[in-house]
Amino acid sequence: MSLIEARDLKKTYHAGDVEVQALKGLSFEIEPASFVSFVGPSGSGKTTLLNLVGCLDKPTSGSLHVAGTEVASLGRADGATFRGNNIGFVFQDFNLIPVLTVAENVEYPLMMIDCCSGRERRERVAGLLEAVGMSDQAKKFPGQISGGQKQRVAVARALAGNPRLVLADEPTANLDHETAFMVIDLMKSLKEKRETTFLFSTHDPKIVEEAEIVYTIEDGLLKGFEDRRNGNG
Amino acid sequence: MVNIIKIALRNLLRYKRRTLLTSMLITVGVLAVILFSSITGAFKSLMIGQITDSMLGHLQVHKRGYVASIDNLPLHLNLGPKDVEKIEKVLGSLDGVEAFSPRIKFGGMFSNFEETTNVRLNGIDPAKEVLAAPLLSGRFLKGQAGDTLVAHGEILVPELLAKGMKVKLGDTVVIVATNSDGSVNAATFTVRGVLDAITGPGGRDGYIHIDDAAALLRITKKEANEYAIRLKNTDTLDETTAALAAALSGELNKKGMPKYEIHTWKKLSPFSNIAKMIDVMTFFIRLMLISIVLVSVMNVMIMAVFERVKEIGTIAAIGTRPGKILSLFLVEGLSLGILGSLTGTLVSLAAIVMLKINPISYDFGRQKGLLLSPSVDMGEIIVVFLLVVLISVLASLQPAWKASRMEPVEAMRHV
Repeated sequence: MSLIEARDLKKTYHAGDVEVQALKGLSFEIEPASFVSFVGPSGSGKTTLLNLVGCLDKPTSGSLHVAGTEVASLGRADGATFRGNNIGFVFQDFNLIPVLTVAENVEYPLMMIDCCSGRERRERVAGLLEAVGMSDQAKKFPGQISGGQKQRVAVARALAGNPRLVLADEPTANLDHETAFMVIDLMKSLKEKRETTFLFSTHDPKIVEEAEIVYTIEDGLLKGFEDRRNGNG
Repeated sequence: MVNIIKIALRNLLRYKRRTLLTSMLITVGVLAVILFSSITGAFKSLMIGQITDSMLGHLQVHKRGYVASIDNLPLHLNLGPKDVEKIEKVLGSLDGVEAFSPRIKFGGMFSNFEETTNVRLNGIDPAKEVLAAPLLSGRFLKGQAGDTLVAHGEILVPELLAKGMKVKLGDTVVIVATNSDGSVNAATFTVRGVLDAITGPGGRDGYIHIDDAAALLRITKKEANEYAIRLKNTDTLDETTAALAAALSGELNKKGMPKYEIHTWKKLSPFSNIAKMIDVMTFFIRLMLISIVLVSVMNVMIMAVFERVKEIGTIAAIGTRPGKILSLFLVEGLSLGILGSLTGTLVSLAAIVMLKINPISYDFGRQKGLLLSPSVDMGEIIVVFLLVVLISVLASLQPAWKASRMEPVEAMRHV
């Protein structure tokens, strides 16, 4: 069964009197435990698509099922609960909460979804920080660590709720090349260990090389699909 | 909830200067209200105590119509022997009544054998009067109250009259009075004391023994025209008044109207209007406090939301429900209110202690050197504390609601 199933997905924005068709009818399926990249130039619709999949926005038409739920029909509160339980996010600007320590940032989504006891939460956070190699920075605040470290913390935070899907919009855009590869490698290894589906957007061709499945979007339409798992395109 | 409180407190600490300034503003507001209430409360209590304990008592009972014509001190509205018996029996049975004193009030002529002037006098039973008006004995400017206060054949003269008529302790004076039949009678009295004047009705009256008053007015049976009543607890004023009215309600005059009238000190003294004005001023000071808290907390919370739009978008995106985002900002406002209110209360308590150590001295009318020692009214402190906390939460409601309704995508795009 597919983790994500999109059928004729369209999204239209209104900027004043101007109508902008960001997505013009996308259909695709993504299986669990995939490492998928959406590539395309700026303005092609990658971020819009990730926002729809992440229940942060609603499609104008078409259907979108994520983890068996028709997410287009979810209300504000239910959408938040669904995201908390099923989806992790990694943002281009890291978006860590500055008043919380590294460990608390990772723990934050667990507190918000009222997950498990304090002890369990702390154990899970410790495990995630170890997995992303940030155990020794646990008590530091975001302002005290580097960009690469922040993104590793963001990956750990995205995985805190044991989501089935992690969405990463341009996760390496603000990182140097070496750090970018480290983050992608980290995501990839976590995907293998935890069987989490990673879906990320990028326009960096070298980063794209790391993806198992690549969708190319141009002008709101899917223009290409490449499945590298079996050497098929 | 603990986590939300933790995060809210961290957010407040994040903008230390702003939090400090807002808390200080609330502190000053709370200080102003509590200090004002304490000082005016002490002033009210002192003045009410002076008025009730020196002269009026907390309650008074007269025959119906007496107070309306009290300036004439009419003797035809005296309470007769049966009335006296009834009233004393009822007063003796009421739990809230500590003491009561019958009085015969009348107007007369005061002569020092050289000059004559008019005087208002109270015939009192000294033993009962000291219990109903315990500060009367403290009003002696000259002479001693002693055990008897005023004995047969003695008179207590108000200060202005003594000065004007140039009478001294031990001087003999003549009181001439007209009784209820219209005939005139006179008696000589020895000046036992000179009394300090006090603010309010009866504050410049003289005193003689009730038996002397009865003899001068040729009253042969037990009569009075006023009962001054002191309560055990002034908080029971309305309750005791109602109980007294109920107990006396069965007594009707020939017109079928209640035979007696009962007045509280509030009805008898013009100071009750000053007390009401003080209450109105306290209300407006509270209103100012509410405005200060409302504006300052709302301002801070609007800024907090505006500055953290992207952060709000992030926490919403990672699964924080709108209700929790709302709670987060409400708890921030609540914490600001509690912080400012607590500091304000502590500073106020310190200020009150300082004022108790160094009480304010003031004059009121002819009363000099009154000492104002503010007391802590726990009820007032609790009300102010809760008011500030409530207003802080209300002031945070709009910004918090706005934060909880933000669309994550748009919020995260915010620069």
